[in-house]
Amino acid sequence: MSLTAAQRFHAYANPARFMALSDRLLTPLWAAALLTIAVGLWFALFNSPPDYQQGETVRIMYVHVPSAWLAMFGYSVMAFASAIALIFRHPLADVAAKSAAPIGAAFTFLALVTGSLWGKPMWGTWWEWDARMTSVLILLFLYLGYMALWAAIEDPVRAARAAAVLALAGAINIPVIRYSVVWWNTLHQPASVFRMDGPTIAPSMLLPLGLMAIGFTLLFLALHLVRMRAEIMRRRVRALRLARASSSEA
Amino acid sequence: MRRAFLALAARDIRLAAGIGGGGGMAVFFFLTVVAIVPLGVGPDRPVLELLAPGMLWVGLLLASLLTLDRMFQADVEDGSFDLLSMGPLPLELVAVAKSLAHWVVTGLPLVVAAPVLGILLNLPPERMPLLVMAMLAGTPALSFIGAVGAALTVGIRRGGLLASLLVLPFYIPVLIFGVGAVEAAAGGFEGQAGMQAMLLLGAISLASFVIGPLGAAAALRANLR
Repeated sequence: MSLTAAQRFHAYANPARFMALSDRLLTPLWAAALLTIAVGLWFALFNSPPDYQQGETVRIMYVHVPSAWLAMFGYSVMAFASAIALIFRHPLADVAAKSAAPIGAAFTFLALVTGSLWGKPMWGTWWEWDARMTSVLILLFLYLGYMALWAAIEDPVRAARAAAVLALAGAINIPVIRYSVVWWNTLHQPASVFRMDGPTIAPSMLLPLGLMAIGFTLLFLALHLVRMRAEIMRRRVRALRLARASSSEA
Repeated sequence: MRRAFLALAARDIRLAAGIGGGGGMAVFFFLTVVAIVPLGVGPDRPVLELLAPGMLWVGLLLASLLTLDRMFQADVEDGSFDLLSMGPLPLELVAVAKSLAHWVVTGLPLVVAAPVLGILLNLPPERMPLLVMAMLAGTPALSFIGAVGAALTVGIRRGGLLASLLVLPFYIPVLIFGVGAVEAAAGGFEGQAGMQAMLLLGAISLASFVIGPLGAAAALRANLR
């Protein structure tokens, strides 16, 4: 039996179906993620040339740049899922949005920390208030605010709607981060991979960078599925507790 | 519809003026924040002059956050919000009326107070008109963006602190361009950079005038269905 896209979209509104599918997907996803990251790290640390100006410190890039991409990817996932949740009331969408937030926040933190470690030897400072860094810091605040709002509202349905509005409002920041190095003339270097005229980075460095980016994305997806499954279980436990409490009262 | 809108805005302004809590308290808070700066960084006049525009803007942001949580909370608590949500006015326009009232009651007095407090921070008098203009262009955004935060945290106990945490990241552009507009004039290259910052401030205010009420109404519906 083949399903149309719309039917599939609704079929996975059933948490039981989602649990069965994600259960089957998780093991290959973990394996692919760890393998890609392992190969990527080997290239990044041992089998790629040091930069002619930056020397060995350039290897921080292979963690820093994918983390920064994933920080923005995580927020995009969250904002997209929030939009789906608000528009179609898809029951898995707010689970997806909620689960993406802590992972995205962790990658944002990682990007800021590795950037700081990289900045010290290269720019001579741990931190500089330039547009790219400031907008990524704001991204971290948005993640934390989003998580705080979820934590503050007890009813999950109400919390989901309120948090979705916040996530969509914060999505304004994503293009600002992307173009911050173009709009403002800053310390942070401009984009060198995703450019209209092709990447300006050496192929020997592009390979480990690409592998790490793919590996980190797979890792994000695996972690996201795990967190979504945990969230669905948590809601089941909550529903069972509520049911038991109300039956023992009667 | 227009009568209901004006009546709502007028009611909010009268309520805030009558109780004396909102605007007066915010200005007083603004004064105390500005007063502790010289005590913290030392009363060195050139240093204060350097810090003045930034500190005035930071104080202004904090002061306008202080009064946010009452924007919808009071009406939800005493039940008048139920009446409003059933009335002829869509929630979006209710949010516009309330944000406008918030600006008149809090934003305007803060802008009026800013040059006076600038004297305390040794701000040169020739930069005061520019500061006031930048603040007039920027403060409406604070009320309209703040409305979203206030609406998101309505019905949460001690929601004021959470509202501040949610709203502050969205205030950062106003702060950056607000200070930029005043600083650029000091740096000697008047016109261009200062004008650009001023125009961007106005753009943020206008955009928030549209997006803020839409977000606030969506958040109110989510919280109070």
